[in-house]
Amino acid sequence: MNNLLKKDALAQYAAQIGDNGLIIGHRMSEWCFRCPAIEMEMALMNCALDLIGQARALYSYAGTADGQGKTEDDYAYLRDEPDFRNALLTEAPNGDWGDTIVRLFFMSAYNKLFFTALAESTDSQLAAIGAKSLKEVTYHLRFSSEWMIRLGDGTEESHRRVQKSVDQLWPYTGELFTMTEAEETLLKDGVSVDVRLLKPEWDQIVNDILAQATLSRPQNDWAQSGSKAKGIHSEEFGYIITDMQFLQRRYPGCEW
Amino acid sequence: MTEEKWPLWEVFVRSKAGLDHKHCGSVHASDAEMALEFARDVYTRRSEGISIWVVPSNMITASKPEDKESLFEPADDKIYRHPTFYDIPKAAGKM
Repeated sequence: MNNLLKKDALAQYAAQIGDNGLIIGHRMSEWCFRCPAIEMEMALMNCALDLIGQARALYSYAGTADGQGKTEDDYAYLRDEPDFRNALLTEAPNGDWGDTIVRLFFMSAYNKLFFTALAESTDSQLAAIGAKSLKEVTYHLRFSSEWMIRLGDGTEESHRRVQKSVDQLWPYTGELFTMTEAEETLLKDGVSVDVRLLKPEWDQIVNDILAQATLSRPQNDWAQSGSKAKGIHSEEFGYIITDMQFLQRRYPGCEW
Repeated sequence: MTEEKWPLWEVFVRSKAGLDHKHCGSVHASDAEMALEFARDVYTRRSEGISIWVVPSNMITASKPEDKESLFEPADDKIYRHPTFYDIPKAAGKM
C-alpha cells in the first residue's frame, strides 16, 4: 500500500471520479428517444449531460497530472474494460424507469456529499471541479428524490416495482464507501476525500427519502465490489464500452 | 398514453430580477413539483430564467375569441384615454 507515486495517484484518482460520471451518464443517455414523455427525456438527458461534462473536466485533469499527453478522448474511448474504475452501481442496466431513478438517487446522494467534500480539497483544480459539480448533482438529487417519493408513494404497482429496484441495487451501494490505493495515497495531503466518512450522512439522506416514499430499506448490508479497486466489472460493462467506443475503434482518430 | 393522463401546466419564467414572469409555454406533468422540474428542464436549460411559476392550465379563465369585438374594439375610438395630450413638465424628466 502507498507505493503509488503521487503523480500517478492523482491521475488515477481524477480518472476514477470521471469514470463514475461517464458511465452513469452514458447509461442515462441510452434512454434517449425511449422515455415515456418528452419532458422526462429532457430532464434525464440534462442530468446525463451534466455527468458527462464532469467526466470531461476530470479526464482532462487526469491527462495533465499523468503528463503523457493523454486527452479526455483517450480516457473515454481508448481504454479497455479493466482500466475503468467506476463504481459498479453506475454501470447497472437501465431496467425500467424505477431502476434508472433508484440508481440515480443512490448515486446523487453520494455525489452530493462527495463533491461537497471534494470542493475542500487541497488540490485547487479538484476543488474547482467539485464546487461546479456540486450544483449539478444537488439538482440530480432533488429530481431523483421527487421521483422516488412519487413512485414509492404512488400506485400499488409503482410501489411494488420501485421497491424491487431498491432491493436489487442495494448491494452495489456499499462499494461507494470503500477506499482505493490512489485515494489512500492522496488522503495524507488532503487531496482526496475519505469516502468512508460519507456513509452516515448518505444513510440519513436515503433513510429520509425511503421513509417519505413509504419504501423499506434492505436489511442486509453485504456489498458487491471489484470494479472501483480492481477494474473487475459486471457482465454488462463490456456492452457499454462496445457501444460507446465503437466509432473510435472502427475509425481511429475520427473527428467531426 | 402517459401524456393524455397527465394534466397540462402553463409555465411562466422570470428572466431577470425586477422583470415580470412571462408566459413561455406549457408542460404535461402529474403534479406541481414535477411540472416545476419539467419546466426547468424544458424552458431554462439555456439560462433563460431565475424564477419559474407553474399554473394548472384548467385554472386559467380566458376570454373567448368570439367576444373580441365587444370586449376590445370599443376602446379603439377613444384616443383621449391615452395620455398623449398632456405636456410633461420638464422637472418630471423622461416618462
